[in-house]
Amino acid sequence: MAEIVSLAEAITQAVRDGDTVAMEGFTHLIPFAAGHEVIRQGRRDLTLIRMTPDLIYDQLIGAGCARKLVFSWGGNPGVGSLHRFRDAVEHSWPVPLELEEHSHAGMANRYVAGASGLPFAVLRGYSGTGLMDGAAGGGPLEPSIRSITCPFTGEVLTAVSALNPDVAIIHAQRADTTGNVQLWGITGVQKEAVLAAKRSVVTVEEVVPRLDPRPDAVVLPAWTVSYIAEVPGGSWPSYALGYYDRDNDYYLAWDPIGRDRDTFRHWLDTEILGAPEAARGR
Amino acid sequence: MADYTSDEMMTVSAARALRDNVTCFVGIGLPSAAANLARATHAPGLVLIYESGTIGAKPDRLPLSIGDGILAETADAVVSVPEIFNYWLQPGRIDVGFLSAAQIDKYGNINTTVVGGDYTAPKTRLPGAGGAPEIAASCREVIVVVRQTLRSFVERVDFVTSVGYGSGPGTRQRLGLTGAGPLKIITDLGVLEPDPATQEFTLTGLYPGASVQDARDRTGWYLSAAPDLQTLDPPSESELTALRGLTAKGSGKERTSE
Repeated sequence: MAEIVSLAEAITQAVRDGDTVAMEGFTHLIPFAAGHEVIRQGRRDLTLIRMTPDLIYDQLIGAGCARKLVFSWGGNPGVGSLHRFRDAVEHSWPVPLELEEHSHAGMANRYVAGASGLPFAVLRGYSGTGLMDGAAGGGPLEPSIRSITCPFTGEVLTAVSALNPDVAIIHAQRADTTGNVQLWGITGVQKEAVLAAKRSVVTVEEVVPRLDPRPDAVVLPAWTVSYIAEVPGGSWPSYALGYYDRDNDYYLAWDPIGRDRDTFRHWLDTEILGAPEAARGR
Repeated sequence: MADYTSDEMMTVSAARALRDNVTCFVGIGLPSAAANLARATHAPGLVLIYESGTIGAKPDRLPLSIGDGILAETADAVVSVPEIFNYWLQPGRIDVGFLSAAQIDKYGNINTTVVGGDYTAPKTRLPGAGGAPEIAASCREVIVVVRQTLRSFVERVDFVTSVGYGSGPGTRQRLGLTGAGPLKIITDLGVLEPDPATQEFTLTGLYPGASVQDARDRTGWYLSAAPDLQTLDPPSESELTALRGLTAKGSGKERTSE
């Protein structure tokens, strides 16, 4: 049953060194404040899972929190590269980063399998790609991708192994005081990520006495969530539909910050490590 | 005729390739600009589908990302990411997949993963696959928009992120790919289409002022020119006005103050 706690306590309780952590939110509702708290608490050797690493994983990777990244598209949307991610892959800075790489369809299905209690999911995908055939045609590049033959038709399809993170972290518009969570707009794979994970942290724009029913909303009942923290502005510079817009200028401004190690370190020291959670995102 | 840039010509040309009243799965970047231009001009019935789960999005300005709020707010339906790929893309419901590329080869295979070195120690790490492999596999047809340079137009891609015609005729059937594959590559010089016999991309159209030699100078394989090579129309006033209107309204400042 969900406990409503501070963000610092939620991260302390839920995230341990060496954990496999999925922070989801597809462009919308990205849990930035929670990610920053993970950096602030100095978590290390994390396996980070996320379809679109976005700025938040660029920041976690640059801060040295990650050992491995499981992902499907690692760019700054509409802007260009994630330079901390590239520096880690191309130059092992600040630490080497192992990659496990998929397509969006594969990652989405891996979460579905995890949420469904199945060991794998089946899709039409990867045929003929380097992820399936290897760069030199030597069999799957990723052990989590395999061919499978349909027992009914004989068609050869693709199996991808389930994702079951130690902890899923998401941001939502609202929770009620009981701990039921409500999110709407583009809801990505957040429901699947939370249901696939052993533990979960949900930051919310506001805790309200009662959730107004919304026909288009995803609701996660309190008994599916571990910790809830009220963090207004917790998905800035992404957005929370109905609360604030995506800060596209910040996504553009991140490019020069992330591009240079010293500029990034200065950002990390002043904006994250030197700033208590309560002073941010409000 | 007003002055225009080669990027504007490319975007207009890509928009013209989209027919009205079809469904289009829109990739990030250049394809999104062209698809929105098509909807604003000759194809008001074009159904824009983004991998964020927005079906029938009707933005009046260019989104910076494929998940901007304007897409969700104007969509006919917003579905989850597993649903957009499994229910909508995978069964072959979508007419046109509209993609970009970092590298593309003579068979229309796309690389957005790594360039140079080997996979584990690449010279340049690119963003990766995103939704493109399954868009390229499952849409009824694919259109690729990409600037033509020697770096991007290569004999063989360094990594096959998304399959075009693989290694030539018969590859897509052997792999079980249900869509027809890439029917056009639209560049800042002109339009390439696959040769019906070999499936190698050949030059079939050039913009005013561009020459076959210009195109060959920026292509890493020997680029054949079609015998009936077309000279394509420059952007019309109304196309340019519509494109510039979308672009001007697409700035970050405009959006954060809404």
